[in-house]
Amino acid sequence: MSIDATSSREPPKGASALAFRSGSADDRATPSRHRERSATRGRKPRRLTIGRIGLYGFVAVAAAFFLLPAVVMVLTSLKTMPEIREGSIFALPESFDLTAWIKAWSSACTGLDCEGIRVGFWNSVVITVPSTIASIAAGAILGYALSFWRVKGADVLFAILLLGAFLPYQIFLYPMVRAFSMVGLYNTLACIVIVHVIFGLPIMTLIFRNFYAGLPVELFNAARVDGGGFFRIFWNVMLPMSTPILIVAAILQITNIWNDFILGLVFAGRENLPMTVQLNNVVNSTYGEREYNLNMAATILTAAVPLLVYFVSGRWFVRGIAAGAVKG
Amino acid sequence: MIAEATTHSTPRPGAGDHSGKARPGGAMAAGEDSSVSVRDLDIAFGAHKVIAGLDLEISPGEFLVLLGPSGCGKSTLLNAIAGLLDISDGEIWIDGKNVTWAEPKDRGIGMVFQSYALYPRMSVEKNLSFGLRIAGLPKSEIEARVKRVADLLQLDGLMRRRPSELSGGQRQRVAIGRALVRNVDVFLFDEPLSNLDAKLRNELRVEIKKLHQRLGNTMIYVTHDQVEAMTLADRIAVMRGGVIQQLGAPKDIYRRPVNRFVAGFIGSPGMNFFDGALRSGADGPAAELGDVRVPLSRYDFARPPKADGAVVFGIRPEHIGLGEVPEGHFACEGTVDLVEAMGADTIVWTSLAGAPLTIRTDGETEIRPGETIRFSFDPANACVFDTATDLRL
Amino acid sequence: MTAPRKRPSTASLMLVPFWLVVLVAYVGTMLWTVQISFTASKLLPVDVYVGFDQYHRLFSSTRWLVSMQNAVIFGVLFITGALVLGFLLAVVLDQKVRFENTLRTVFLYPYAMSFIVTGLIWQWLMNPGLGIQKAVRDWGFESFSFAWAVDRDMALYALVLAGLWQASGLVMALMLAGLRGVDEEIWKASRIDGIPAWRVYLFVVVPMLRPLILTAVVLLSISVVKAFDLVVALTNGGPGISSDMPAKFVMDNLFTRQNIGLATAAATVMLITVAAVLVPWIYSEYFRKVRAGAAT
Ligand SMILES: Nc1ncnc2c1ncn2[C@@H]1O[C@H](COP(=O)(O)OP(=O)(O)OP(=O)(O)O)[C@@H](O)[C@H]1O
Ligand SMILES: [Mg+2]
Repeated sequence: MSIDATSSREPPKGASALAFRSGSADDRATPSRHRERSATRGRKPRRLTIGRIGLYGFVAVAAAFFLLPAVVMVLTSLKTMPEIREGSIFALPESFDLTAWIKAWSSACTGLDCEGIRVGFWNSVVITVPSTIASIAAGAILGYALSFWRVKGADVLFAILLLGAFLPYQIFLYPMVRAFSMVGLYNTLACIVIVHVIFGLPIMTLIFRNFYAGLPVELFNAARVDGGGFFRIFWNVMLPMSTPILIVAAILQITNIWNDFILGLVFAGRENLPMTVQLNNVVNSTYGEREYNLNMAATILTAAVPLLVYFVSGRWFVRGIAAGAVKG
Repeated sequence: MIAEATTHSTPRPGAGDHSGKARPGGAMAAGEDSSVSVRDLDIAFGAHKVIAGLDLEISPGEFLVLLGPSGCGKSTLLNAIAGLLDISDGEIWIDGKNVTWAEPKDRGIGMVFQSYALYPRMSVEKNLSFGLRIAGLPKSEIEARVKRVADLLQLDGLMRRRPSELSGGQRQRVAIGRALVRNVDVFLFDEPLSNLDAKLRNELRVEIKKLHQRLGNTMIYVTHDQVEAMTLADRIAVMRGGVIQQLGAPKDIYRRPVNRFVAGFIGSPGMNFFDGALRSGADGPAAELGDVRVPLSRYDFARPPKADGAVVFGIRPEHIGLGEVPEGHFACEGTVDLVEAMGADTIVWTSLAGAPLTIRTDGETEIRPGETIRFSFDPANACVFDTATDLRL
Repeated sequence: MTAPRKRPSTASLMLVPFWLVVLVAYVGTMLWTVQISFTASKLLPVDVYVGFDQYHRLFSSTRWLVSMQNAVIFGVLFITGALVLGFLLAVVLDQKVRFENTLRTVFLYPYAMSFIVTGLIWQWLMNPGLGIQKAVRDWGFESFSFAWAVDRDMALYALVLAGLWQASGLVMALMLAGLRGVDEEIWKASRIDGIPAWRVYLFVVVPMLRPLILTAVVLLSISVVKAFDLVVALTNGGPGISSDMPAKFVMDNLFTRQNIGLATAAATVMLITVAAVLVPWIYSEYFRKVRAGAAT
């Protein structure tokens, strides 16, 4: 969670390449800096030495290790079941067959219902959108309050939150279930959203607090002299400057919440089970013959949203990791 | 703007006339006619006491400069006056009101910051009007005030730009403008020019001086630049370690520093110091610096000197002359070690009584290292400090 | 003093709901869990206090002991593996290889996916009849075995492998950022002194990256403690209990085996273990720095 890299007002050291503020500027700066460095290291990049060959060998093996599963997954999803049974797992599909994808999306069985993974997809959308917005709002307000307003006990509050982020969910789950049952919220959409906001609070607070701690205090002081109150300064001065950290927060929360399994399983209720839970049901509790092509198609579909976020966001995703990859 | 500002502030003699005037009354009456009054102020960050028992009275229309080395608590004091941090003990009065616990906006102050602190996502116009909009002033009033300030600071062409599209000097003018639109009696400046290059710094310094003469507001100005302090201030408060060492007109601070710290802090190059002892002889007291004896009959002692006490003798480089020795001056000879030509001036390094001595002379001098020169100074210009207490004798 | 004292500010009022959340949702539930662990609760919490009975039961349960042991083995292999692999990948990418951006994307993309997806992919790759094992055997390597997920002896390593695939990119990203932050002058100086690059990496750069490495270790440790999704998706704790984990043990006893007392006792043990590591770490890494940086 890179507390060091981003927390204090000191100039960033280690992860300086990930600093938020000079966002795009430092992206642009990196290649040229890099060019200079390799020159200073004195190894002519083009010359093939033994070391260089070994280097590329390692790169190739590593790339294969990371890519192979995804390739196999896609290949499998495009095959028919007889093809899968007869041929090698690495073999290319004979034809471009999307049947498994369609089935996975609209008619795969999770237990007794056979409405496909799309049910889970929409459940996940309905869970992720409000949870992301609410947890970002909560984290931004709290982070702002903690970094600019001297409030007694703020340090203690923050310490408990941080500690909470590291503890296993198992320590909180059962009493939470009981508490939500008591107020009649258990197994509802509201329940899972609230739970996501609660468990997202530490990381959101941390990244916003660190971001605001990096802004000049004088700006806040100027706004105070101008008569700004808590919300006015937040809304008119801080929030307009927060675009980078809002993007980072959104990336973190969308992927975290979409990828969540355990909280959805426990709190969402049968009606709202998120896609990850449905996927696991499709794959691990089918009766009769297993349809591997369908399973892989469903798996790809489930991974699609976070992967899309990853590919679209590019370096922002890495920044999110450095800003506080405190996720569970 | 000008009209309003003058109606707010009480009539007063022109800037600069304050220095000689006696400050108003004793502790009980303090603050009655002060613009800003700080009483027995304590500030601590956790266990770290930054300011302890500080008193300061600033009269209406005065330009007060807080001067001191980095970390001495200048910004802390200014922020306390602005209400930007909680004080541990004491009271702060502004314009006859106890504002110790008032919100910054309710204190009748405007503030200019070192880093400009302009709102980056607002245009210049929005930056200037932000506070007025928060206060809920009518649109026409806001426009009028912003326009007056823009005219005053020549910001007319810049109103639609974002702060990032301005030069450093323009940014600082906007920051000053943001304080001005508030129509307040007291302006606080925290090193407003230290982020600018030397040329701009001079320009804006003059501009601030003019502004003060025009508006007649009380100004409290933090800096660690001596030139700014000497040129702008009606009075200077020299601080060290959270304590005001000396409060007085620039000339007094320069001529009659109360202690060795103030003497060394003001002036560039710094005052020459020599360890010695005070002796009284037939011709009156004299300072004995090693084998050199400087008669002090012309020196104006601040307190009756104790004979035979250890003292530190100080003389400013610019008070030492070369060549002709005027009547009553002390003269001596030395070998030149180093000559630093600075254009307008030349700094000549020699020694007196075994300790290095710098002399500031004109830029045209022909002196070369190795030469023996004769130099002289008027003992009346010297400063003599008690070694034990560092206080001026 | 006559001056009006300070009123409670909006900021303090704003913190009230957050205090409530923290005290109820974090502290309250935690204490409640600990309290239940001292009762005889089965299906529902009851108030019959039985002292440390549940803990006795817990530590005489083979399943718990195995899952603890598994967590340790998994944790050590997963964390060291990810650190080494991630660091190597970062160093490689720092050598001005071609396609650097593409490679970085390739190494990191698994981290965007959930542990459920990861588990299911590897379950398929390790499928005994149709997976990689079959393909390689068909190429003529008859004794090749890769059906780890269903192999009692290998199931735990299946989890490690899948975990490495998912999380090494995280370490790579963190380390690469750190390497890019290393001062150019150090490389120049080492060149002039004629020190080989690998030595500089090992003896100069690694110590400089200490805070980042620590961060990576903490992040990976959290995944170990919370390891539940991956186990459920890949091995479901099996075969038998050979790849069970504490988190799964708690979940099973809470929600399927109606053994709340035992489950909360297990959760409490997890809590104590984590806290024993964390409290000193947070204290040293965080609060020391806050002092230095001072808010506002
Ligand atoms: N928020 C804070 N928490 C703890 N200590 C602080 C804080 N702000 C200032 N200090 C300490 O108070 C002392 C005075 O600081 P201050 O900023 O007032 O100095 P300054 O005279 O303005 O210096 P400079 O010329 O560098 O601006 C310093 O020792 C500083 O370390
Ligand atoms: Mg300061």
